[in-house]
Amino acid sequence: MASQLVRRLARSRLDGILSSSSPNPSFFNRSFSSESNLIRATLFPGDGIGPEIAESVKQVFRTADVPIEWEEHYVGTEIDPRTQSFLTWESLESVRRNKVGLKGPMATPIGKGHRSLNLTLRKELNLYANVRPCYSLPGYKTKYDDVNLVTIRENTEGEYSGLEHQVVRGVVESLKIITRQASLRVAEYAFFYAKAHGRERVSAIHKANIMQKTDGLFLKCCREVAEKYPEIVYEEVVIDNCCMMLVKNPALFDVLVMPNLYGDIISDLCAGLIGGLGLTPSCNIGEGGVALAEAVHGSAPDIAGKVCIKETLILYS
Amino acid sequence: MSHRSFSILKRVITHHPNSSHLLSFQRSVTYMPRPGDGAPRPVTLIPGDGIGPLVTGAVEQVMEAMHAPVHFEKYEVHGNMKQVPQEVLDSIRKNKVCLKGGLRTPVGGGVSSLNVQLRKELDLYASLVNCFNLPGLPTRHENVDIVVIRENTEGEYSGLEHEVVPGVVESLKVITKFCSERIAKYAFEYAYLNSRKKVTAVHKANIMKLADGLFLESCREVATKYPGIKFNEIIVDNCCMQLVSKPEQFDVMVTPNLYGNLVANTAAGIAGGTGVMPGGNVGADYAVFEQGASAGNVGNTNLVEQKRANPIALLLSSAMMLRHLQFPSFADRLETAIKFVIAEGKYRTKDLGGDSTTQQVVDAVIAALD
Repeated sequence: MASQLVRRLARSRLDGILSSSSPNPSFFNRSFSSESNLIRATLFPGDGIGPEIAESVKQVFRTADVPIEWEEHYVGTEIDPRTQSFLTWESLESVRRNKVGLKGPMATPIGKGHRSLNLTLRKELNLYANVRPCYSLPGYKTKYDDVNLVTIRENTEGEYSGLEHQVVRGVVESLKIITRQASLRVAEYAFFYAKAHGRERVSAIHKANIMQKTDGLFLKCCREVAEKYPEIVYEEVVIDNCCMMLVKNPALFDVLVMPNLYGDIISDLCAGLIGGLGLTPSCNIGEGGVALAEAVHGSAPDIAGKVCIKETLILYS
Repeated sequence: MSHRSFSILKRVITHHPNSSHLLSFQRSVTYMPRPGDGAPRPVTLIPGDGIGPLVTGAVEQVMEAMHAPVHFEKYEVHGNMKQVPQEVLDSIRKNKVCLKGGLRTPVGGGVSSLNVQLRKELDLYASLVNCFNLPGLPTRHENVDIVVIRENTEGEYSGLEHEVVPGVVESLKVITKFCSERIAKYAFEYAYLNSRKKVTAVHKANIMKLADGLFLESCREVATKYPGIKFNEIIVDNCCMQLVSKPEQFDVMVTPNLYGNLVANTAAGIAGGTGVMPGGNVGADYAVFEQGASAGNVGNTNLVEQKRANPIALLLSSAMMLRHLQFPSFADRLETAIKFVIAEGKYRTKDLGGDSTTQQVVDAVIAALD
């Protein structure tokens, strides 16, 4: 029974992701498209519980007759000089070619001289938007039953630029950078997503009353894009109000678009509302229509060997 | 009437899981004041914008009815002024204590927030919000009793922004050892003086290694000086997730500026809303009490016109103020009356699910004072 529900949802979710990744208008209808040609997708099983979950995904998709052909790539054990990390150039090329990918949790081995794997993927594929749909699952009871929102978070700049320095002993500065280009890009994607999925409202989350120039620039870009979509209601919410409204009444929100740090916190808050990171799908959108769905949680090396509900999240991705 | 309210209160208290707060009114050892402590203390009052004047008016009425030994010196400050007037600052420096409504900051208007300015001028480096379940008010989460202590002067709200080239804006987040240390010291001292068992530091040091790393280091150092209080650390996104699923695990939380804003508002939301949470800002010399979270939110024009703002937050903050001024029995009486009104449920404003006006709630509180 659970597998039937999962199969039905997997079908609709896969269409949702495919339609959001490619701009081809024929994918906009949500009925199951019977394509004769196979969709090729790259699969990174990952570490820890990753391979088990990947196996379950392949099984379910096979049973549901989804026309997908997986290209599996494993994280190498030595550094590839072309990418400066454990991910090989072939893996990245495969994602660029296929445009669709699925990533399991990857643990970054602690060492020197290489970049974190997630960071490599993000920088090389230019993944600028992180999309997390949060729906209350009918079978899993939490204190919140009416959650139905999508958080879209800018993924490349903002507070996570990683530019910090010590000015004098005991004083540290960290730079938060907001650019017009990145803000426009993510705002465009947010409105495009809202339109494609029949969403009615887009809310921009900010703290522009305090950080007037930085979040002010982000808001200006959102307003510009909002004018091009007059049928979608656009509003701006200060982040502290947003947090409070989310925990009191999550039904008030539809699509949320925000810069990097607020996005991190709010998307995890929404994940908590529906039951945790184990149940949340997530997808990173890159330039040129690349979509990389991922597992939000970590590799959990201590529970490898036990099958848990976390596999449902990849299926929903 | 007071006999009936006493028995209702007793029933409310015995059902309340954390009844140690309310038992203080059954004081067995008395508070012995010094001669002259009963002289009325002057307190600066800033009504503010939006619903500010409405709720500060409510506090004035209740203080009158209690004959509390405070008298208010009112000053008009509005959010669109360039800076806080000098006379207001002088008055606060003289009185040492201030009660204020919210000051609305125009969004993107190029005027820096007056709330932030006031905190920086008076060096009110700790902002405290107490989020707890009020008996009788239904919420999704039970057993919430969290105090969020937030660094108030630096961090992301330094206000240092500039446009590098057109289309690229930079904002500086400054963390200093001096400020991190003093906020950590305040948090542990607060926990020690209020018999709290655990302090949790909220950070994002896996990404902002130097900045939040410095904050964490300072907290760890101070923690070693308080071996009786447990200390742990949590990343801010995990923290928000835990707050909405298992809030009972948190006790006192110490955070830098921005995360504190978010965590305080989230905690206020899960415990009943920002309309009922008390809070204040305190520094080495001065204390300013205001509505707990979201001080810049002064409500919309609808609320002001219909006079339906919720005065509970500011009333509870004024009870905090009375305790700070060392008038414990007045603070107890006010708190008990407020809790009785909320538990009874007849007079609640819209954000708590009722439809009373501010004045009705105030009258109910005055009637419940014994």
